[in-house]
Amino acid sequence: MRKFEPEHDGKWAKLHPVWDGFYTFLFTPGETTQKGAHIRDGIDLKRTMFMVVLALVPCLLFGIYNTGHWHYVAETGNYNLPFMDMFGDKLIYGLWQVIPIVIVSYLVGLGVEFAFCIKNGHAIQEGFLVSGMLIPLIVPADVPLWMVAVATVFAVVIGKEVFGGTGMNIVNVALTARAFLFFGYPTMMSGDKVWMSGSGDMTLADGFSGATPLGELASFTGPKADWAIQGGLEAFSAKWSLMDSFYGLVPGSIGETSVIAILLGAALLLYTGIASWKIMVSFILGGLGMAFLFNAFPANLYMELDAFHQIFLGGFMFGAVFMATDPVTAAQTSTGKYIYGLLGGAFAILVRVVNPAYPEGVMMAILFMNVMAPMIDHYVIQSNIKRRLKRLKTA
Amino acid sequence: MSKTIKLRKGLDIALKGEADKVKSNVDAPASFAIKPPDFHGLTPKMVVKVGDKVKAGSVIFYNKYKEEIQFRSPVSGEVSEIVRGAKRRILEVRITPDSENQFEDLGAVKADSMSSDEVKAYLLKNGLWPFLKMRPIDVIANPEDKPKAIFISAFDTAPLAPDYDFVLHGENEAFQAGIDALTKLTEGKVHLTTRGGVSADSCFTGAKGVQQNTVFGKHPAGNVGTQIHHIDPINKGEIVWTINAQDVAIIGRVMTSGQFDLSKVVAVTGSEVKNPKYVKTIVGSSISNIMENNVEGDNVRYISGNVLTGDKIPADGYLGYYSSQITVIPEGNEPKFMVTKGWMGPGAGKFSINRSYFSWLAPNKKRSLDTNLNGEVRAFVVTGEMEKVFPFDILPMQLVKSVMYNDLDLMENLGIYEVAPEDFALCEFVCTSKIEIQDIIRNGLDEVHRECM
Repeated sequence: MRKFEPEHDGKWAKLHPVWDGFYTFLFTPGETTQKGAHIRDGIDLKRTMFMVVLALVPCLLFGIYNTGHWHYVAETGNYNLPFMDMFGDKLIYGLWQVIPIVIVSYLVGLGVEFAFCIKNGHAIQEGFLVSGMLIPLIVPADVPLWMVAVATVFAVVIGKEVFGGTGMNIVNVALTARAFLFFGYPTMMSGDKVWMSGSGDMTLADGFSGATPLGELASFTGPKADWAIQGGLEAFSAKWSLMDSFYGLVPGSIGETSVIAILLGAALLLYTGIASWKIMVSFILGGLGMAFLFNAFPANLYMELDAFHQIFLGGFMFGAVFMATDPVTAAQTSTGKYIYGLLGGAFAILVRVVNPAYPEGVMMAILFMNVMAPMIDHYVIQSNIKRRLKRLKTA
Repeated sequence: MSKTIKLRKGLDIALKGEADKVKSNVDAPASFAIKPPDFHGLTPKMVVKVGDKVKAGSVIFYNKYKEEIQFRSPVSGEVSEIVRGAKRRILEVRITPDSENQFEDLGAVKADSMSSDEVKAYLLKNGLWPFLKMRPIDVIANPEDKPKAIFISAFDTAPLAPDYDFVLHGENEAFQAGIDALTKLTEGKVHLTTRGGVSADSCFTGAKGVQQNTVFGKHPAGNVGTQIHHIDPINKGEIVWTINAQDVAIIGRVMTSGQFDLSKVVAVTGSEVKNPKYVKTIVGSSISNIMENNVEGDNVRYISGNVLTGDKIPADGYLGYYSSQITVIPEGNEPKFMVTKGWMGPGAGKFSINRSYFSWLAPNKKRSLDTNLNGEVRAFVVTGEMEKVFPFDILPMQLVKSVMYNDLDLMENLGIYEVAPEDFALCEFVCTSKIEIQDIIRNGLDEVHRECM
């Protein structure tokens, strides 16, 4: 490996960051401490990122199978198609749909990252290892690959590199990609044609809708008379029960549906101490609080939906565990993290329920809180300063 | 009125190679050195030349900008070499000792019967002043200041740190004499802080004229900075002096005997030391006679001090002026393959405050950690990790960042006056992005020293 190292002043000097990226991927370099503490914690950014990717694996695996499942549901027109039937077919279909998205996301994202590192002569940082896995998990399985590529380029360049690269970005990179798709290609990111893979090209059975549970709920905000026709919340719960969302047996973006898979990932992140439990817990509490508030003062049927059911739907849990906790874009002070999480969770439900044009309120809420996080931190820092000044006066 | 502080935050790093509780004598060192870089910010003005004969207590150099602060030879002999570095900066003044150690006669005194000014003059005149350091800035105390208090920590919680209860056992008289001198230097209190939960040696518990405090908790509970913050925090414009417990005894001994006798007990520790123990030596002594035949392998790092804050020295280097410890750990200059020992591996041999390596199964197991950075330098990404090991009401990451972008107002407001680089040693240890935090804090302190004081 050393043999291929480009000379710093040689012909290939520009490619040194790339070589360095690969070398440090394979070996932790024998670099020793020169100043300050002589021993260092075993953790580095690669390990941190690796743990997050590992935590995403249950979501990815479930997402692959779930993609296959809903494809065959749409094909047969049978909502009650047993989950484990046609196991092999579903798996192969899911792999066929999902793996290319993962590959495109990584290739394009890392390509952009490498290009910027070569241009700036920086070492390659590991931030995209996680972003590259998150992007596939928050898009519908039917999204065209070129869109994934364009969105990834946009997210990495505009979301991250213009600010200076890993650690410097204001908003979450993966959510930037999704927001780009959502606003740039709304027909591919919402409606009732995209959530069951392949359903756009099929003639669906009469009365069969490819909408996600959230999409259906959005229609519950209409005039009261419409509710009765649709059978109200009882009919909704019969079709998409709380436990369905918990297991993940609903259509949706690839990785966001299964609360169990997300909780597995969350358990790993919390146990290893990689992600902030403060953000996760307060985000969920914020969402629950908002949902309870709606329950208490319902203006329409959507607001009456059970609070737990509410937060298990859509990308809420995925956002709480994997998106809101991104340490770069979240609030950085301990107190700030609670505020950030509570507001983020509350806004997610607020956007979703009050503005049904955006069924995915979580994305909007987290992006909004990403922008607000520095302000939250600012006030936390100011309160620390004030407290410390007060000490002077009392003393 | 004594205070008891309980700290929840902090981290004890269990390392192999704790010193056995024996004080052994070693052969007299063949060489000594006083190293001006030990005294941060000092510009030395030499008094002696190579070849000059000196006695123990003769002036070697003084502070060019504060001439009353003098640095004296710990032994008698001949100045053998003045080692200079870049820009002719003086790095070491080496002294070859002669066979009989001749002392300058300083005259025995009793601090009890002296005035504040007399004590100050005595310490300055006789080269004992450099033992006193000041907070903020963490440099040698300025004799013109009036400190609001003097803090002494009677224990050290750093990895493998010497146990002062053992080191100073039986030194009651000298320690008390030192305390008597210190009480004259401040109108405020002299704080002596012992470790909670263990019974301290009688030289601490029996010390008179001090406020006795106890601190419970993990490292950095023994850092004097932590203790000041929780007992009597420093606000802008206030000055506190600090001194190492062993140096208090040295001051006391010199004053009672009238001889410039800087002998001290040093803990020889670390996983690569064959026979870790305490040795009796003298400030500035060469370590080669101490380490002879006592080290495993040769790919090792010698540290004067502990693994978190000490200075890297060569195998034939010299003990730092303030060090009470020598640590020898393996160098980690071998690349580690990712799956076996690198970032993807199980990591049973690594130590981390996170649980991402399997080593969390045995958090108290004594390990042999090497000097590998365990990663590459990155931008700040992970937040919240410094707060776990930083028991101050200060926002560590924000303070570090304010230093990095040189915002003096924010540094002041966030508490730069209360911290020293050593207080950030654990933050540096845990930093995922491998940022040199102690160095950053040092720069910040220098900056406020220049601009605001």
